[in-house]
Amino acid sequence: MDPDKCQGHARCYALAPELFSVDDYGQSTVIGDGAVPEGLEDKARLAVANCPEYAIEEIAD
Amino acid sequence: MARTEAVQGWDTDFDVLDAGYIADPFSIWDKLRTTCPVAHTDRRGSTWLPTRYDDVVALAHDVEHFSSLEVGVIPFEGDEPDDPVLLYGLPPISADPPLHTWTRRLLLPWFSHNQVEGYEELTRQLCVGLIDGFLADGHADAASDYAQQIPARVIARILGVPTELADTFTGWVRDVLEFADDAERRARGVEGLLGFFIEQVEKRRTEPGDDLLSELLHTEVEGEPLEESVVLGMAALVLIAGVDTTWSAIGSSLWHLATHPEDRARLVAEPSLMPLAVEELLRAYSPVTMARMVAGDIEFEGCPMKAGDKVLMNFPAANRDPNAFEDADRVVLDRALNRHVAFGSGIHRCAGSNLARMELRIAVEEWLARIPEFHLADPAEVTWAGGQVRGPRILPVVFG
Repeated sequence: MDPDKCQGHARCYALAPELFSVDDYGQSTVIGDGAVPEGLEDKARLAVANCPEYAIEEIAD
Repeated sequence: MARTEAVQGWDTDFDVLDAGYIADPFSIWDKLRTTCPVAHTDRRGSTWLPTRYDDVVALAHDVEHFSSLEVGVIPFEGDEPDDPVLLYGLPPISADPPLHTWTRRLLLPWFSHNQVEGYEELTRQLCVGLIDGFLADGHADAASDYAQQIPARVIARILGVPTELADTFTGWVRDVLEFADDAERRARGVEGLLGFFIEQVEKRRTEPGDDLLSELLHTEVEGEPLEESVVLGMAALVLIAGVDTTWSAIGSSLWHLATHPEDRARLVAEPSLMPLAVEELLRAYSPVTMARMVAGDIEFEGCPMKAGDKVLMNFPAANRDPNAFEDADRVVLDRALNRHVAFGSGIHRCAGSNLARMELRIAVEEWLARIPEFHLADPAEVTWAGGQVRGPRILPVVFG
């Protein structure tokens, strides 16, 4: 997640609240170290594919 | 609402108030995108109309060359009194940094995800109450009896003013936005709205509450209290931006569901689709088109833009661009790849987007829970408002 690109649309939080948190100013952050728990891969990809600012990137491990 | 001369060609003489454009802008954008992706008009001043996703997003991010000091495209006659009450316009929407930055930071916490959750129950009760009022009739105007009634009441609560004033608010906001080309109506709306807030500000100086207005009055920036012009501008913005826009999104979504029984049935059967469906309806029927003002002569996509020209931030057309969305003109309720920009893009992203999204979701959820089957009473009766905010204004539907 690139904090400089995030403009607070909160689409990631709306679609995957298990993976993202959002502060009072709309800034989103990835919960934990960014590793996606098993079973939440689809939600993670949905968050990436819905960010209008291209602020979230999927990194294969 | 045909108040304009016939358009001589959409590439060089477009008119966002043209009745045909208001009824069906989509086919016009589709054509422009392939023939003249940044159209121009000299109506109401030199104005540009981009229709491609990438262009609209690029313009929104270039805040240095495309200023927000003017976000309307309809000039307001008699707009420039010597001592304007709204010295700074409606910050942060009509401001550039640095004024934009700190006024926006003051507003954002009032519309944060957590804060908005606190308004969810109020919104739900409001929707249920409205539906209870017309359910037994077997029919209703989904725009004026329902969609129109919701946002103004929620905003009234946030501003800390009586919710009974909601209809008055709606009247002022329509005068300012929808009838902006009618100088008399617009002046009446501006006067009503400002007079109201000036009175409310006076009251809260002596009797502060826990509402947005009171907090703004008791906020200091760099050791100084906010100027009254800034407080009034911000309060007026919250009202103006939060009423017509969300109401239009709710109305358009209900129009879609009334005219697409397969989508309606699917959403009733699969309520878990709601979060994605709300985003898809926002994409397909984005209500808002703000403007920017060209700061200095610049060439954009081959167009010679001059300082002072307006550029319409055509987010609704961007959201229908087939290069950005597969099957762009079709509503796909569970669309997975959906980087829509209904709430804008960049630093002016709609500050109330969490609230708008919540109101739209609850309004559609509660409607479908009680009225799972409905259709247009007569398609010919439906009317749309357009210009810079598009949505249905008369939308009679029959239940069952």
